[in-house]
Amino acid sequence: MSVTSVEPRSAPAPTGSRLDLAGVSRWYGNVVAVNDVSMSLGPGVTGLLGPNGAGKTTLLHMMAGFLAPSRGAVTLDGTPTWRNPEVYRRLGLVSEREAVHTFLTAYEFVLASARLHRLPDPSEAARRAIALVELEGAQSRRIGTYSKGMRQRARVAAALVHDPQVLLLDEPFNGMDPRQRLHMMDLLHRLGGAGRTILFSSHILEEVEQLSGTVQVMVAGRLAASGDFRTIRRLMTNRPHVFGVRSTDDRALAVALMAEPSVTGVELGRGGLTVRVSDYGAFTRALPKVAPAHGIRVRQLVPEDESLESVFSYLVEA
Amino acid sequence: MSTVSWITARGLLGRRRFLLLFPLPVLLVLLAVLSRALGVDPGAWGPPVLVGLGLAVVLPVIALIVGTGVLGAEIDDGTVVHILTKPLPRWQIVLPKLAVAAGVTAVTVAVPLYVAGVLASSVWVGLALAAAAAIGALAYCALFLALSLVTRRPVLLGLVYVLIWEGLLGNFVSGTKVLSIQQYVIALADRFAPTELLATDVSVPVAAVMSALITIGFTALAVDRLRSFSVAGDTS
Repeated sequence: MSVTSVEPRSAPAPTGSRLDLAGVSRWYGNVVAVNDVSMSLGPGVTGLLGPNGAGKTTLLHMMAGFLAPSRGAVTLDGTPTWRNPEVYRRLGLVSEREAVHTFLTAYEFVLASARLHRLPDPSEAARRAIALVELEGAQSRRIGTYSKGMRQRARVAAALVHDPQVLLLDEPFNGMDPRQRLHMMDLLHRLGGAGRTILFSSHILEEVEQLSGTVQVMVAGRLAASGDFRTIRRLMTNRPHVFGVRSTDDRALAVALMAEPSVTGVELGRGGLTVRVSDYGAFTRALPKVAPAHGIRVRQLVPEDESLESVFSYLVEA
Repeated sequence: MSTVSWITARGLLGRRRFLLLFPLPVLLVLLAVLSRALGVDPGAWGPPVLVGLGLAVVLPVIALIVGTGVLGAEIDDGTVVHILTKPLPRWQIVLPKLAVAAGVTAVTVAVPLYVAGVLASSVWVGLALAAAAAIGALAYCALFLALSLVTRRPVLLGLVYVLIWEGLLGNFVSGTKVLSIQQYVIALADRFAPTELLATDVSVPVAAVMSALITIGFTALAVDRLRSFSVAGDTS
């Protein structure tokens, strides 16, 4: 998916809104959920990436004015979001909790949102928002009968009904099938291209990779990295990796692997080899050549620290 | 009808919890009809049924279910976020919800109380009970709505107030009656249609002023609490 292929909507926003966080921290008792985070979000799509429990939701709630920062300030175009309902004229939120009024139809639900915003033409706004998320076919069915992905779209429609400058989405792709996911990505792309400030959180690298050029990475409550996605991706792929390897002759393979420049250490254990690697790509290309060259068959190759947490904690140290 | 009250009414009447409202009023009417049919002296069955059941149990319990439900249920399931992410002054959320809660409670309680009052004494006593119960419904709902914003266990706390404070202490420590909505309702009903079936130590002016103060005070508290409403950070 390419950003350049996305055309801005016919009426781009006159001025984009900026969401600024200055030294924001939030703690619960003596547990620090968000630790001294500063960032400035402008028009376009930004991904908020981090493992579960990193503080993404807490941060989003503070951005959306649903939580007071323990320290620091969250401002939308200069005005604080906490205790200030007026910000919702320019801000939309899609929370992670799958909370909808199941007894309403999608149309009623979005229409109610439009009315609560006191829009001049609520029914037209509701129709437009529902068309935007392609839910026209099901709009007069009760939301209680919807699939998870459809509910999510109904909530996005409700959040978009007043055409906000800033849209915050907490894990918007959870529970969506691939087609819905693509459609949602396309929608966010278009909104970002039209000058809206879009921030979505995710714990899945690929989602962020496909959708956003800029990314903010959170780990354990802190902002671990921020900026261009490709730079961060490179950092991630170039980090040291650890593999578990079993083969027909572990000792011989250990000797052969030590000759490889991409390998920084090999340990011979009862359960096979533990190989430390400095370059993921070079090692995975080298192993299939080295082993047969020494008459060894590799039985098992297991990356040992592929959890997202380890990727992220590496970023923190980097 | 404002959008907030429309959603509130739909949510209230659409939930299964709504069915909880019916058994108590039905029981009240049933007991009154039964007592009347069996020819029991109204002086004997009136106070326990009208006050003991009607004003001391049916009114506060219905108000508790409805008052903690109009906002509490939305807080519990997270749908409150949809209403809160709108550029509405928070009183425009609290007042319609209070109006719906007080209205539903008043109708649910006033009708059986009216019927029981008529059977026990006269149409006037019935009307007085219904009117006083409506005032009580407003005060109770304001209290319980505010409770649903200050604690995560509004029903439990409300029950403690109704059962322990009003029910138990009110019988032994007469001073607690000054802070008992139930006593205000009795005083007001007795003022509207004097009858020997209703008796309380609380004076009518105290009852009127305290009902107003409780309603206004707890509504103001609810508005302020909603202004700084925090979404629980239990997920991450």
